Amino acid sequence: MSLLLLSIVLSLSMGAAHLPLAEAWGILMHQLPVIGNWIQADWPVSSEQIILKVRLPRVLLAILIGACLSFAGAGFQGVLRNPLADPYTLGVASGSAVGAAFIILFGFQTFLLGMWTIPIAAFGTGIVSLLVVLRLARIHGKFQLETLILSGVVVQAFLGSMVSFMVSLSDEVVNEIVFWLMGSLSIRGWPFTIMLIPYLVVGLAVLLTYGRTLNLIALGERQAEHLGVNVARTRLIVLIVSTLITAAAVSVAGTIGFVGLVVPHLVRLMVGPDYRLLLPITAIFGGIYLLWADTLARMLLSPTEIPLGVVTAFLGAPFFAFLLRKNKRMKGA
Amino acid sequence: MLQVNDLCKSYHDTKVLDDIRFSIDDGDFFGILGPNGSGKSTLLKLISGVEKADSGQLLLDGTPVENYSRKQLSRTMAVLQQESLPPVDFTVQEVVEMGRFPYQNWLGEEKGNQGHIVDSILHKLNLDPLRDRSLQQLSGGERQRVALGKVMAQQPQWLLLDEPTTYLDIGYQIQMMDLIKAWQKEEKLTVVAVLHDLNLASIYCNRMLLMQGGNGIRVGAPKDILQSELIQQVYGTEPIIVEHPVHRLPQIMLQQGGSFIE
Repeated sequence: MSLLLLSIVLSLSMGAAHLPLAEAWGILMHQLPVIGNWIQADWPVSSEQIILKVRLPRVLLAILIGACLSFAGAGFQGVLRNPLADPYTLGVASGSAVGAAFIILFGFQTFLLGMWTIPIAAFGTGIVSLLVVLRLARIHGKFQLETLILSGVVVQAFLGSMVSFMVSLSDEVVNEIVFWLMGSLSIRGWPFTIMLIPYLVVGLAVLLTYGRTLNLIALGERQAEHLGVNVARTRLIVLIVSTLITAAAVSVAGTIGFVGLVVPHLVRLMVGPDYRLLLPITAIFGGIYLLWADTLARMLLSPTEIPLGVVTAFLGAPFFAFLLRKNKRMKGA
Repeated sequence: MLQVNDLCKSYHDTKVLDDIRFSIDDGDFFGILGPNGSGKSTLLKLISGVEKADSGQLLLDGTPVENYSRKQLSRTMAVLQQESLPPVDFTVQEVVEMGRFPYQNWLGEEKGNQGHIVDSILHKLNLDPLRDRSLQQLSGGERQRVALGKVMAQQPQWLLLDEPTTYLDIGYQIQMMDLIKAWQKEEKLTVVAVLHDLNLASIYCNRMLLMQGGNGIRVGAPKDILQSELIQQVYGTEPIIVEHPVHRLPQIMLQQGGSFIE
C-alpha cells in the first residue's frame, strides 16, 4: 500500500514540466480535509493545475486499469489452469476492443444504455471471442496449454484487423488505430476513470469469494470435483467476471498487452500460490506496475508519448517467452 | 452398502457399460478388475457421481447417488486418482488441509477446532518432516502419499481408488496399499479399488468384480476370480496360477508365448 502511495507521488512529479517531489506531495495533501489546512500553499497555481487536472486523473486511471487487467489475468490463469492466460493472450481484450471501438467510432455512445453502453458492448464481444477461443482450443474436453494460446493469437489477429478496418471506415486519424491496438491513457478524462470503479469493486468482491475454490482447482478439475466443488459453475462465473473487468478496462484504455500475464506471476513469486492472498495483492501490484509503465511511456521520449502497449509488450513479451520455456522444462522433467 | 442395478452407459454409440449388477457390503475391500477398455474406470466415474448413467440404479445406503448434493457426497465418498497431484507450489500441509473443504463454510471456517485432524494425518502418513515442503520438491511417490492424506482429511466412509499405484514402483505400491488397509481397519472404511495388477488385488481385496467389454463377468473372492480358464477367456493369455506361500491366496504367473490375442 505504501509502495502504491509512493509511486503515485513520484509519478505525479514526473512529466514534461518537472515539478519537485515535495510540491507534488504538498498539493496532494492539501486536498485532504483537516491535514490540508496545516499545509502552506507555496507553489505556483500552474503546478496545482497540472497535478490535479492533468496528472492525477491519469495516474488514478493507470492504477485502475492495471488493477483490472492483472486481476482478470489472475482469474483466467486460475480457472483455466494455464499460466500463460491473460486478457491479451486469450483474445478477450481484442474482442472487447471490437465492441467498444464500434460503439465509439460510429457514435452510439448514449444509445439505449447511456454511459454503460460501451462497456456492455465490449463485454458482449469480449465474451464471444473468449468462447470462440475456448471452442477452438478444446480437444477431447481438454485445453492444451499451447493450443489455447495459439487460438488466442489467431482470434486476436482477426479481431485486430476488424478494429483497424472500422477505424479506417470512420473519419478518425491513424492515431485512433494506435490507441485501440496499443492502448493509451492520454485522451480519457475523469468520467471514464470513475466508471471503472464499480466494475473493479464488484469483480474483486465476487472473485475473492472464489479464492479457496481456485486453490482446489489448481490441483486438477477432478480433484476439485471430488472435494465438492461445482467446477462448471465456478468456471463460468470466474470467466464472466474476468471478461467483464477486462471489457471495462479495454473500453477506456484500448488493448494494453501482457499486464495480466506479468503481474500475477510476480506476485506469485512473492506471496505463493494461494489465491486468497494472490487476488487482492495482484490488484494492488497491477496498479503500481501499470502506473510505472505509463510514466515510462510519458517520459522516455518526452514530450512525445509512446503508446502504453509498446512499453508493456516490451516488458511482457520476454517474460512470456521465459514462462513458456519454464513450462516446457517442467513438462519434460 | 452400495447396490448397483442394471447399470448402462454409452458414449456416442459405443456401449461402455452393459447391465452391470453387483453389490458391495460395508467394510469390503472390493476390487474392480478387467483388461483395458472393459469399462472399469467408467464404472468408477458413475459411482463417484462425476458422470451419470443412461439407465439403471446406483444406491448408496439406499439412496440414489445422484440425489446426494456435491458437498454431501464429498463427505461420504473420497476418490484417490491414478495421477498423483500436479507439482503445484502449495505446501504438504496446505494440500492436506484442502481435504477439509467439504466441511467448511464459504469463509473457510469449520465448526469446532479441527486442527488436530490434519496434524494426526500428517503424523500417521509420516509426512511430518515434509509438512512445510512445496509439492514441487517431492517425488511422485511422496506426492501420492500427500494425495492420500488429503483424501483422509475428507473423513469419508467410502474410498474409491482409481489405479492409485500405477505410477509407483513396488516399494511405494506396497506402502500405499498398506496405508490404505490400515486406515480401512481403523475407520471401518469401505474401499472400492480399480486395480490393474491382479496379484496386488488378490492379496488386498476380499471380493472382486471381473469385467470384460462393459459386462460384469463374475463377482467373488480372489480364489473364484483368479482361475486359469477365466483369466484366459477375459485377458487372452494363459497364466499359471499358484498359491501365495504366505497369504495362501492365488497369484498368477505369466508365461512366454501365451497370448491368444489376434
